[in-house]
Amino acid sequence: MDNLINFLTAGILAATPLLFGVLGETLTEKSGNLNLGVEGMMFMGAIAGILGPYYYEKAGGTNPYLALVIALLCALLCAGLGALIFSVLTITLRANQNVTGLALTMFGTGFANYFGEAVGNSDPSGFLSVSTGVKGIFNNPIFPESLANLPVVGKLFFSHNFMVYLAVILALLLAYFLGHTRTGLNLRAVGESPATADAAGINVTLYKYLATCVGGAMTGLGGLYLSMNAAAGVGGAWVYNCVNGYGWLAVALVIFAVWNPKRALWCSLIFGGLACMRYYYPISFIPASIYDIVPYIVTAVVLVVVSLKHSRSNQPPESLGLSYFREER
Amino acid sequence: MTDKHQEPLIRLAKRSDLSRGKKWAIRLGAILLALVVGSLFIAVLGHNPIAVYRDLLSGAVGGPSATRATVRVAIPLLGAALAIAPAFKMKFWNIGAEGQIMVGAIAATYFALFWYDKLPKPVLLLVMALVSLIAGGIWGFLPAFCKAKWGTNETLFTLMLNYIALGIEAYLQNGPWKDPKGTGFPIIAMFDQNARLPKVGGIHIGWIVVLALTVGMFLYLRYSKHGYEITVVGESQRTARYAGMNVSKIIMRTMVLSGAIAGLMGFLVVSGADYTLNTGTSGGVGFTAIIVAWLAHLNPFAMVLIAGLLSILSKGSNTIQTNFKIPASAADVLSAIILFFMLGCEFFINYRLIFRTSKRNPAPAAHVPDEQNDPKKEDRDLG
Amino acid sequence: MQPVNAIELRNVTKTFGSVVANNNVSLTIRKGEILSLLGENGSGKTTLMNMLAGIYFPDSGQIFVNGREVTIRSPKDSFDLKIGMIHQHFKLVDGFTAAENIVLGLKEKGRFDRKAISRQIKDISAKYGFDLDPEKKIYDMAVSEKQTVEIIKVLYRGADILILDEPTAVLTPQETEKLFAVLRNMKADGKAIVIITHKLGEVMAISDRVAVLRKGEYIATLETKDTNPQQLTERMVGHAVTLNIDRPKPWNPQQRLEVNHLTCLDHQGVKVLNDISFSAMGGEILGIAGIAGSGQRELCEAIAGLYPVHQGEILYHSRKDESIENLVDKSPMAIRDLGISLAFVPEDRLGMGLVGSMGMTGNMMLKSYDKGSGFFTDAKPPRTLAQEIKDKLEVVTPSINTPVRKLSGGNVQKVLVGREIASGPAVLMAAYPVRGLDIHSSYTIYHLLNEQKSKGVAVIYVGEDLDVLLELCDRILVLCAGKVSGIADGRTVTKEEIGLMMTQTGEELTHD
Repeated sequence: MDNLINFLTAGILAATPLLFGVLGETLTEKSGNLNLGVEGMMFMGAIAGILGPYYYEKAGGTNPYLALVIALLCALLCAGLGALIFSVLTITLRANQNVTGLALTMFGTGFANYFGEAVGNSDPSGFLSVSTGVKGIFNNPIFPESLANLPVVGKLFFSHNFMVYLAVILALLLAYFLGHTRTGLNLRAVGESPATADAAGINVTLYKYLATCVGGAMTGLGGLYLSMNAAAGVGGAWVYNCVNGYGWLAVALVIFAVWNPKRALWCSLIFGGLACMRYYYPISFIPASIYDIVPYIVTAVVLVVVSLKHSRSNQPPESLGLSYFREER
Repeated sequence: MTDKHQEPLIRLAKRSDLSRGKKWAIRLGAILLALVVGSLFIAVLGHNPIAVYRDLLSGAVGGPSATRATVRVAIPLLGAALAIAPAFKMKFWNIGAEGQIMVGAIAATYFALFWYDKLPKPVLLLVMALVSLIAGGIWGFLPAFCKAKWGTNETLFTLMLNYIALGIEAYLQNGPWKDPKGTGFPIIAMFDQNARLPKVGGIHIGWIVVLALTVGMFLYLRYSKHGYEITVVGESQRTARYAGMNVSKIIMRTMVLSGAIAGLMGFLVVSGADYTLNTGTSGGVGFTAIIVAWLAHLNPFAMVLIAGLLSILSKGSNTIQTNFKIPASAADVLSAIILFFMLGCEFFINYRLIFRTSKRNPAPAAHVPDEQNDPKKEDRDLG
Repeated sequence: MQPVNAIELRNVTKTFGSVVANNNVSLTIRKGEILSLLGENGSGKTTLMNMLAGIYFPDSGQIFVNGREVTIRSPKDSFDLKIGMIHQHFKLVDGFTAAENIVLGLKEKGRFDRKAISRQIKDISAKYGFDLDPEKKIYDMAVSEKQTVEIIKVLYRGADILILDEPTAVLTPQETEKLFAVLRNMKADGKAIVIITHKLGEVMAISDRVAVLRKGEYIATLETKDTNPQQLTERMVGHAVTLNIDRPKPWNPQQRLEVNHLTCLDHQGVKVLNDISFSAMGGEILGIAGIAGSGQRELCEAIAGLYPVHQGEILYHSRKDESIENLVDKSPMAIRDLGISLAFVPEDRLGMGLVGSMGMTGNMMLKSYDKGSGFFTDAKPPRTLAQEIKDKLEVVTPSINTPVRKLSGGNVQKVLVGREIASGPAVLMAAYPVRGLDIHSSYTIYHLLNEQKSKGVAVIYVGEDLDVLLELCDRILVLCAGKVSGIADGRTVTKEEIGLMMTQTGEELTHD
């Protein structure tokens, strides 16, 4: 029982970066933009999110909460910048979305590793890392210990750092936004049929830009989580290639979650669980390197299973991946 | 609505065809601009970009041994780009070349490790080539089968297969194929001389293989019946079905070919360049190859040039790492920036911008092309 | 007070690349009138109105609304000027409900109250005589319902000027009457209405004035009561034309295609074709009529071997001997291998019949590229054929290697029909072959079909314009919701009878 609770708790921690990625990409895809650069944007969020507080502390800053704000802003802005590059290329300049997304992934990966290594090299310690105080904010539970000590529910629901709850709140907000607001309705129309949205007086370009950039920024939080959280990596120090496929998993999970933020919650949880299962339920005849790729195998299987089902309400936005040009003739 | 009578600031119009020379001039300009933007990344680290670019270039092509090393980098890159070309032409987004290279390398390595003393060299090498083709082909077939049968998203499927191939390699390296003499490190032993490709002109013969493949792929795509089918399927599957083509078969056949060629590159890398297998065997080549294929507009001959350019960046980045301590990831950043600019510049090749300040021209008196009989002006009776 | 025009266009010009869609057009639209905008396909009617709707922006010229000069840069500007356009290809989001589509893009204050919106929609429906369920999803709607949603959408936005682009193209004669009644209600309400059309009968029936465009040029505006169809046609085409389509007597009709109890299912298992039986004869033209989406596409594709057949048989009676082949479950390739030449001009020309990025040569090979045993294609025969078709059908193209996507609609269709006829078919199916074509090109196509008929080919013509069907076809099969609701003699049946059959299946008719 304890093992199960420990496993689920670890699963929740591992699911969080995925959830940020899925939510960001869902918002992006709802506008009709298929941004395959999630991996790259997460990398950008990861490196910027750690560089911000690093330089703040280098400059003598000691307030961990200010460092936190800086980290969040840097991650959001840098990943959003990646999404902005994607937006300019695909929305304004009408480049192919698939290739542009791949280029963004390559760029973000290179960008993060480049600065991670360069700044690490220049530091006397040889590492790019932040102080224990900042690490603590990203890793310590936000609820008092008494709550976390409650049997079962305490550990499952009240023992996490703030990023976990932030991701869940974001999922619920996004679900409300898409389903129950006029702006959400307009955004969905842009993704379904931009020509219709345009004729209805909706500024298609603006909606696409905003959704893509805000969505991209959200995925950056996932990257930030990966570089700051101890469960996902070293925590608070730059690790080469730290995103390591999480961005791609997130893109696949959007399909699994059928573009629904609420479903994204438990889809991410399943995959978070898969990612850390081997530490809690080792299987003697499965070697560690094979156990490690289980999430990818399951994703591949899920992709196939999802494609087997055809239902009218669970379809991707109809114009996903297509550019829109009003005066096309 | 605004009360002021204003035209939008910028409007777009489709450009009628530019000359070939102008198109390439725009593209070349985009590359130069990309290098300028890339120099910002170098300048941020406090280096002189010009000095760095100079060292990058000389490190890649400044002397025979450097050039040979660059060509060795270019071989799998060009080969993988050629592998991707038919799939992309079919609008099948195969981003799994990375994994296809890896499984090809794994298959070849099996024979290199366990059959090197049982087969004569030419036979061994042929067998290694053959199994790498088969392994890569299977890795390409899986997503193609699911796509053809159920419409499974191939982009993500091929991507997942990359991680799976990598996991298999890690398993072999850490377990069954671990070199017993490796002093505890999980590495795979170096290949026997028997399992190493011969050299021609100081470089393993893979360069001849990929150049032959370049010509072959050009002919295949341009003039063969398969190539015709690939083009039609890529344009519209409905048209292909209407023409009586077996779309599923074409998708599967093309992806087997694509995967097989990528798999062969895995063989060339392990047997020609690295003489061993490790997690870095495919080393991002499968992704960079996508850039090569796309920038070349899927034209095999143009791929030779682009693969050369990106190999120079890649090889040169090692030099600047040694000389300036600039991380080798700089090659990724630069390649991606070049790709961004190349993607963006196509827009200026296809469209013309009309700015508000430019005075409205009277419309050119062209005819609607459909019409043959000239419109005879009639007197206008305004209602 | 002097009455002001609802809209006045002055010297408006719009070009696309080297094509002039509108050249110096001036036009007025009055309040409380119905104006017909008449012109052939490609004459620039829709482009002109799209500039009022904010879809296109004019290259030059002025637009006045209620006497004031305005700039319409986007659909939003257009709504603010109380202009509403109902596009020919409905601009609706399929997965949304009627109500969601209607309020799309509106910036209303307060919370998003679905109930209040539904109530308002019902009020508007009652006022003008519509019938609409606001909570119904678009993909569950018939075409006429979708049109209703479009009209309510612009009324909900308070439009005073309504523009309808070819509103009757998708309607039965009876539905058209209903629509016209609604339009008259709106006119009485003081709204200005423009209907874009190329059907003369409708112009005469509904409009107060009629403005004629030809090849992008403004020709004239006439009082409807002072003119007649013949005069309008001459204005529209530019020279005197006879509007009659030839209908030679069937030539030695022989059974060629026999369809028995054909049933097909779609992805969801719904019957898109339900127990279809008919015969197509060599030497005659069999017309197929029906509301859009009644199974026309599936029927053609099932015969061509492109749509899976659930039940029934499709029998081909050979021209040479007495042999009969069942085509069910045979791929197009297998049918071709039997030596049966089935020509099919699909509705979606560039998405199915042709490869847009290839030139004429490449497209000529589409069905014959695999001839011969070699690994490579033989480009010589298709090149010769392309040249022949270009010369014979007067295809206007810079070169036979110019991508066909760049050709105009009429020329694209000539390439497609030319290729299909060149195969020397025994059966020729043409789905909406004159859609979007100007009169000249349309008549070329009618002529080609009649030529095939006289050669003994079994021609199947799927059409939407009932007038054309009634003039061209020997027999007319009417589809309704995937069923055959009747097969009529093209020479004796009336438009109203066909219209009735389009909305009622055969069984219902017999109960009447």
